Order: sequence, then structure tokens, then C-alpha cells
Amino acid sequence: MIEATVVFVYLAIVLYMGIFAFRRDRGTGEDYFLASRSLGPIVFLFSLFGTNMTAFSILGSSGKTFRDGIGVYGLMASSSGLIIPITLLFVGTRLWAVGKRFGHMTPVQIFRDRWEAGHIGTLIFLLQAALLVPYIVVGVMGGGKTLYALSGGQVPEAVGGGVVALVVMSYVFCGGMRGTAWVNTFQTILFLTFGLLAVIVIGNSLGGFSSTLNRMLEDESTAYLLSRERMNAYVFFSFMFIPLSAIAFPHICIFCLTAKKVESFKYTVILYPVCILAIWMPCVFLGMIAASDADIQDTVASAGTSDHVMLLVLKQHAPRWLAGILGAAIMAAVMASDSQILALSTMFTEDVFAYYGGKKFFGERVQVVTGRVFVVAVTVLAYVIAMTTHQQIFDIAIKYAFTGYAALAPLTIAAVFWKRGTKYGALASTLVVIGGLLLVAYLETAYPEPGAIPAFPFLTRTPGGVVFLRGFLPVVPLVLLSTLAMIVVSLLTPPPSRRTIERYFPGGSS
Amino acid sequence: MKSWILTLLAVALFGLHQDLWFWNSATPFVFGFMPIGLFYHVCFSIASSLLMWALVKWAWPATLKEPRHLRAELGERES
Repeated sequence: MIEATVVFVYLAIVLYMGIFAFRRDRGTGEDYFLASRSLGPIVFLFSLFGTNMTAFSILGSSGKTFRDGIGVYGLMASSSGLIIPITLLFVGTRLWAVGKRFGHMTPVQIFRDRWEAGHIGTLIFLLQAALLVPYIVVGVMGGGKTLYALSGGQVPEAVGGGVVALVVMSYVFCGGMRGTAWVNTFQTILFLTFGLLAVIVIGNSLGGFSSTLNRMLEDESTAYLLSRERMNAYVFFSFMFIPLSAIAFPHICIFCLTAKKVESFKYTVILYPVCILAIWMPCVFLGMIAASDADIQDTVASAGTSDHVMLLVLKQHAPRWLAGILGAAIMAAVMASDSQILALSTMFTEDVFAYYGGKKFFGERVQVVTGRVFVVAVTVLAYVIAMTTHQQIFDIAIKYAFTGYAALAPLTIAAVFWKRGTKYGALASTLVVIGGLLLVAYLETAYPEPGAIPAFPFLTRTPGGVVFLRGFLPVVPLVLLSTLAMIVVSLLTPPPSRRTIERYFPGGSS
Repeated sequence: MKSWILTLLAVALFGLHQDLWFWNSATPFVFGFMPIGLFYHVCFSIASSLLMWALVKWAWPATLKEPRHLRAELGERES
């Protein structure tokens, strides 16, 4: 119960942060949704990084390593460490600049203004919202499961999920972007500090790293985890496309608008790969050495899932105080749904409420109140769905979400880089993404067994899902097709007015 | 630094991610505890950070280096 107590103390601290942030509230929409675009370089780095560190990064990475081996680091971490900072450097800074220049607060506002598009923006909003909701639901589910595991079953999942939802809702409601950024910063520092310590302590508990790895190498059932002999090279390559999703995620895009100065991006871009290394390496390492523990193997086999390997390792091999702190850090990652809830609220109030006349009619104060009410409504809805639906459904939805957002990246890139891009190009690209995701979902349902798909000779059904040609994940053709649609349809349709192009590309740059 | 050199470095790093040469190797264990394939990707992460440093130093978006027009427009907006 010590572990659960430490987690509850952590929850109390983040709740206080939200309330403290509320005391700095200026009552404007820009302050609540973007912290008045005032984040300094350190908070910007840690909060943006923390926003990207979800339950998938912490629990998912160790669980996947337990099943698939060390290749998971290259698959998800080192690929992100190259692609995400490049997109932040070349796209994020430009988003920041147009946000600052024109007062935009959401990606859809940028698209509408840049391409002189109205209802096409609404369609993009609907797609973005549909892909974001599963994250929030899984965050609530993950919170309940983590507290249940850490308390040894004494805190039921429904209560744990409720507590997590309530805490997240409260500090997002009170603190808005400022509170969320502070909490994410706290979360990242916590994990960076104690993650490495946990690896060292647990390694010693298992009898030392060197002897543990040699034992694993000699055992046929674990030796493959130390290389990538069972990993498909085409799948590995496909994962280089997944991090493109980061810049298209509304919560990351909105975070790019919160920096006080563009120089804040410099630290983030340079240190992002190192932060990924510092957070993912302990997770991957713990997942790998957990496979050497027969008790954990048995527990995972009886549970049928390896997602909680990290928690099992902590409970069995770490001192209880350290397990508690790491549990709190894991909880923090699970609670990364905070920025997604806030992003959804920002999008609703700006892209729907304000766009369709609500702000003009009711004023800015009502808009902020609407945003706060929306935060409560989304959290309550997420809790109800989380408690009444099977998680597997949402895990699948999130798999599509990564693919979908990666395929939406060409829109964001074109908006800030390509003068000739048009609203019809954006529409075509969005329709390709929607159509592609629906097709993949249909094929995976219609062909549940591995084998050829007769109607599509270049597609194959594998146990992990539909793949393209020799093993490329759907993200590869979808990103390429979305880009192609953007280019071809834009060239076939009239460009935006010269005034708009000059506003976005002053002096003929880009 | 010439932009083509930086582009080449970025493309090279993208290619080096697909390290087929360590695909089936677990050993040697670097420092006695890290499988070679994992160590390679740790080095890859550090190399990515160095590339980012070079990009920030020599390829910082040119339009953002000249904030004059931005300041003028911001002044317009604020007034």
C-alpha cells in the first residue's frame, strides 16, 4: 500500500499545481488555452516532451520489449529521436511564427486562414477529434489499471480510473495550458531522475546485468529478445513514418504555439533525442531483463498481456519507496491525456464555438467558460466509456490514430511550406486519410486470419494487421498517397489569393 | 555549413537507422551488459542529437532569423 500512498501524494501535488496555475489566470482565451504564449525554454522542452510521453511510451515500450526484444528501442525511440525534432525545427517553428503573427490557437485555424477554407476545416476538425478521443479513454483506463496494480488490488479499477479522471479534469479545468505544462514538466523530471535509478536497483536485485544477459542468451526461449531475429525489417522501416504523426497531433501543434520565443525550440530540438534515450532506455531495459524472471513470465502468461511488466518488475525487484515514485511517474505518463483533453477543448471552442459565431455573440469570457465546461464533459464521457467498453477496441483505435495523424502530416507541412497548396488539395489529402483508415479497418475485420487478401493482391493479412507488399505497415502507402493527393489536386485547382500567400510567405520566402 | 551537407547527413542518418548488419547479433555485450544492437541505437540517438545541434546552428529557418517583418506585424496587431 506504500506504493499507492506515494501515488496519491503525487496526485495531490499535481492537483495543487493546477490550482496554483489558476491563480495566474488572466481570464482570456489565449491565457487559458495557450498560457499567453509565454513558456520559457526549459518548461517548453520538458512539457512538450512530457506531452509526447504517454502510457504507450512507458508501459507499452517495456511490455513490447518483453514480447519482441530490444528492437523496440529502434522501432519506436531512435526513430522518434530523429524525425520528431526535425519536424519541430522546420515545421513547429513556422507554426509558432504564424500563430504569433495571426493569433491562431489551433491547427484548423491555421488551415482555414492559410487555404481560405471554411467547412473543409470543420471536416479536418472532426477527423482530428475522432482520432484523439480514444487516447483520452485509454488514459482513464490506464490510470485505473495502474492504481489497481500498485495497490495490490486494494484500489478497484473503477475507483482508480475515477480518481485519475477527477485529478486530470481538475488541474486542466483550473490551470489550463499553464497548469498542464507545469504538470508535464514535473512528470518528465520525475521520470528522468528515477528511471535510471530503477534500472540500476532492479538490475542488482536480479543478480547483475551481465549475468542476467548471459543467462538469457543461453536460454533459447529468451535469447531472441537480445537481437531482432524475429522482427520484420519492413515493419522496422515503416516505423520511421509513424513519428510524422507528432507534428500533426493537435496537442503537439498547439504546444508549439505556447513558446514565448522561437529560441525555445532550439533546446527542445537538440535535447529531444537525448531525452528519448533517457526515458526509453530504462523502459526497454526493464522490459528486456523482466523476461529473465520466471515469476513474471508466469504472471504475464496467466494475465495474457505484457502491458504491466514494468509494474510487475517494480513490485518484485524495487524497494517499495522507489516502486511508489516510479509508479507515480508511470501514473504521470498515463495522465498525459491532460494535454489531449485541453487540445480537444481548445479545438472545440476555437474551431466550432468561435468559428460559428459563439465568441462574437457571447464574448471571450463565455468562450473560456465553454472551454472549461467542455473539459468536464469530455472527462466524464471518457470515464463512462472507459468503464463500459473493452480496452482492446481503443487500443486498435489508437493504432489507427498514429497512422492517421502521420498521414495528416503532409497537410501541416504544406500549410507552412508550400505556397501553391490549396484547400481542395487539403480536402483530397484528408479524404485519402479517412478512406485509407476505413479500408484498413474493414480489411482487418473482414479478414481476421493471416493470409492473402484476394481483392487486393498487394495487401496481406498478418497477425498484427494488414501490411503492404512485403511487410510495410499501412502508414507508408497512406503518407505517400496523402502527399500525392495534396500535390496533384492543389496543382489542378486555383491557388489562394495573392494577399493570403503574401501574408504567409512575406518577401517571397519558402 | 552548406545546406546540402546537412541534407546529406540527415538522409544518411535516416538510412543508418535500418542497421541490417546487427540484425541477428546479440553479442558482444558492450560494457558487459548491453546487446550490440541496442548499443548501436543508443549511439544513433546521440548522433541524432548532434545532427540537431548542427541543424540548429547552420539551418535555423531563415525567415525566423529576420524578425523585423514579424515585429512590424505584431505591432500592427497589438495596436
